[in-house]
Amino acid sequence: MANETGIGVSVKRKEDARFITGVGNYTDDINEPGQLYAVFARSPYARARIKNIDKQSALSAEGVAAVFVGRELAEDGIGDLPCGWMIHSKDGSEMIAPAHPPIATEYLNYVGEPYAIVIGETLQAARDAVELLEVDFEELPAVVNLAAAAGEDQIHSNVPNNQAYDWELGDKDETDAAFASADHVTSINIVNNRLIPNAMEPRAAVGKYEQATGSYTLFTTSQNPHLERLVLAAFVNVAPESKLRVVAPDVGGGFGSKIFVYAEETAVIWAAGKVKRPIKWRAERSESFLADAHGRDHITKAELALKSDGTFLGLRVKTVANMGAYLSLFASSVPTYLYGTLLAGQYKTPAIYVEVQSLYTNTAPVDAYRGAGRPEATYVVERIVEAAARELDIDPAEIRRRNFIDEFPYATPVALTYDIGNYEASLSKALELVDYEGIEKRKSSSRSNGKIRGIGFSCYIEACGLGPSQIALSLGAGVGLFESAEVRVDVTGSVSVMTGSHSHGQGHETTFAQIISEMLGVPFDSVEIVHGDSGRSDYGLGTYGSRSLAVGGSAIVKAAEKVITKGKKIAAHMLEATEDQVSFEDGVFTIKESNQSITFPEVAFSAYVPGNYPLDELEPGLSEKAFYDPPNFTYPAGAHIAEVEIDPSTGVVEVVNFVAVDDFGHVINPMIVEGQVHGGLAQGIGQALLEHGIYDETGQLITGSYMDYTMPRADDLPNFIVDTTSTPCTHNPLGVKGCGEAGAIGSTAAIMNAVTDALDREDVPMPASPETVWRIVNQQAN
Amino acid sequence: MEIKLTVNGEEQRRDVPDNTLLVEFLRSDLGLTGTHVGCDTSQCGACTVHINGKSVKSCTVLVGQADGAEVTTIEGIGTVDALHPMQEAFRENHALQCGFCTPGMIMSAIDLVNRNKPLSEDAVRKGLEGNICRCTGYQNIVKAVIDAQEHM
Repeated sequence: MANETGIGVSVKRKEDARFITGVGNYTDDINEPGQLYAVFARSPYARARIKNIDKQSALSAEGVAAVFVGRELAEDGIGDLPCGWMIHSKDGSEMIAPAHPPIATEYLNYVGEPYAIVIGETLQAARDAVELLEVDFEELPAVVNLAAAAGEDQIHSNVPNNQAYDWELGDKDETDAAFASADHVTSINIVNNRLIPNAMEPRAAVGKYEQATGSYTLFTTSQNPHLERLVLAAFVNVAPESKLRVVAPDVGGGFGSKIFVYAEETAVIWAAGKVKRPIKWRAERSESFLADAHGRDHITKAELALKSDGTFLGLRVKTVANMGAYLSLFASSVPTYLYGTLLAGQYKTPAIYVEVQSLYTNTAPVDAYRGAGRPEATYVVERIVEAAARELDIDPAEIRRRNFIDEFPYATPVALTYDIGNYEASLSKALELVDYEGIEKRKSSSRSNGKIRGIGFSCYIEACGLGPSQIALSLGAGVGLFESAEVRVDVTGSVSVMTGSHSHGQGHETTFAQIISEMLGVPFDSVEIVHGDSGRSDYGLGTYGSRSLAVGGSAIVKAAEKVITKGKKIAAHMLEATEDQVSFEDGVFTIKESNQSITFPEVAFSAYVPGNYPLDELEPGLSEKAFYDPPNFTYPAGAHIAEVEIDPSTGVVEVVNFVAVDDFGHVINPMIVEGQVHGGLAQGIGQALLEHGIYDETGQLITGSYMDYTMPRADDLPNFIVDTTSTPCTHNPLGVKGCGEAGAIGSTAAIMNAVTDALDREDVPMPASPETVWRIVNQQAN
Repeated sequence: MEIKLTVNGEEQRRDVPDNTLLVEFLRSDLGLTGTHVGCDTSQCGACTVHINGKSVKSCTVLVGQADGAEVTTIEGIGTVDALHPMQEAFRENHALQCGFCTPGMIMSAIDLVNRNKPLSEDAVRKGLEGNICRCTGYQNIVKAVIDAQEHM
């Protein structure tokens, strides 16, 4: 009998009940008795030296409980915020990271960097007191322009040329030789625009200290509470891991921006120990714009060497990546191992060489944002492939087909081994869904309406399911990337599952419950998924890199398998058979020979009330733990095709058709997967057409609110046509690949390829806003 | 200042500072944390509630301005066992992911449908322009609103 809440079914989400009735529990909804409120004093300058802070007036204001400046944290042993991924430059030297005190001590290096935390009895008192801080700033010249940053003022005393590292991957000589033998070389210069993540829930923290035990509890908006605890304990020295509990309750979206350990929650939890009262902080949206880690921000020159028939011979890429003012937690890995390694795309390009120079500027730190490195790689590969097709007058679908990898496993020249895929399958399906044959007719119909229509492709690949620990550690990662799970069968047969991954919209409470319902044959409603609390699950690396199902789900499968194995032993004893005679299906243990059976809840009960139980061989109880470390990354891939129509009189680019066909391997809940794709597409299209984080030449963020930073709204987007193909992952038990980032990875290039097709030129910058497009159409200088 | 208003059918009398925003009053004084704060420029719509049946961004209204009014929040439109058709449609159509924009989105959508039904898909997209969702790409939200208007 098919399980109606099992694997492959679009089960409605468990978590929705609380969200649609307004009883979700987000960090800002948490209030502790006697809590104080924190407000941060933030730098008005992109670069300045703090000559003096006089906090006396602020401290003596009514309702102010405490004011702390950076020096006080440092003197109390609070360490710097670390970067967790070591990158080596071409010459073998280690990357150079500047000191990054949570609260600035002497230098301020971006607008919005905190230099003091003010704690009040009320939010208003704290806010008012920030204004009373008397600060003597010495403004310094800011380094803002990424293209020129290496030659400008040195921002950090230990970082010559403002360079974090100058990294390379691939075989330079082989690639140069490929170019020497090429019939044709296509070159592009592209900028991957800076984005501001903008999860709808602003970051927040509630910290409390318990004097009786000397322990701390931090509620915070995190995608990875255990990792947050590890960093705060091991590097920042807030408290030992055993004395620090980090809880990420309901979290209102992350998209990468809530992976990192930030100044604010660090200062809040530390200060809670100092003032010995709970402290609450919630970011204003303006603070989120200034002080959440931003995304993307690359300048790239790429060259593709081809034979005249369109066969790719070599790819050469040189990228300058903006790190912002400091190295955020995973910043260094984003433009390197999450970017350079993806430059083979779906193609058999035999020689690839990539150089990445990462530079500091006086802007907010830049780190992983949905897709993290892989959208940037896809943007390079898919833009240059499309440009090459145009130059050689080969159909863009055809040039891709001629170069698709079609034998697996396939080792790329940039360090990855793709286990499985079928790129032709997703492309053909997408071509059919978009009605590629009818495109010329639609173009001419647009022309007759005074519009310009374009079509663009993007056949992306991503490396997900982060990740195989030993590979990651050998490449510089500072932590393992496995995942943990505990499947705890209760006395009455209900099941609690503790996972180290975290859901901030992805629907783990539903998807993971489907896996358990399928495997153990227990009712979906009696499965409880517990996540986001370092006090309740053993350990975990959290959720990012589309890893929750592929890595976290696999750990759950392993733990559930252990439960079944033990259950079989118990059942064998109860049914007076041998273990190998017991089979388990749909929640029932059966002895084939005698046709006797016993249910899963009966076995669970016996494990906890062990009257008829083999106590001499087995411990009582039915609760199993597992850790899963994947042997390889997973490689979701697909074909996205965009069709846009441009109104030359306004410059507005309308997305009139968007098809996404993705290969995620097996799908547990198609409804949730489709939703993940929709959201990713909206962000990818937002990057292409609307979003841009802009600093002026003095380093002031001029897109610091929703009045200035264009978030995609309902009337900016079309209905997407979303479909899947499937080549199950060969190395995890569920055959799954991960779906959280694909939409944001593939769609941007498809849109820009459509825009450049319509405008018949490659040099259209992102975002292709109405003003930009109007100027191009009307041949005016931008 | 002294205020008296009805929130979700219950009369509330309080003495509050003059500058108290309606959203702060709902969240802090009444503990109705379903109404969220997502921005500081009245753009995101996460704080949308109804005042006398009309959707309003509660971050942009002083509680004093709602004196004597009937305020309805997400907590007041239905329960898990008796959902409002809009809540039901959001769940059925997977119109939410992280859930943060959801209360405001539902409150806006109810007023939109009440005032304009029947709505085309295009009209729903334009009508929800004041509410930002970062998770869903809006497709399923639009589907849910179209679906809900059949039952309202």
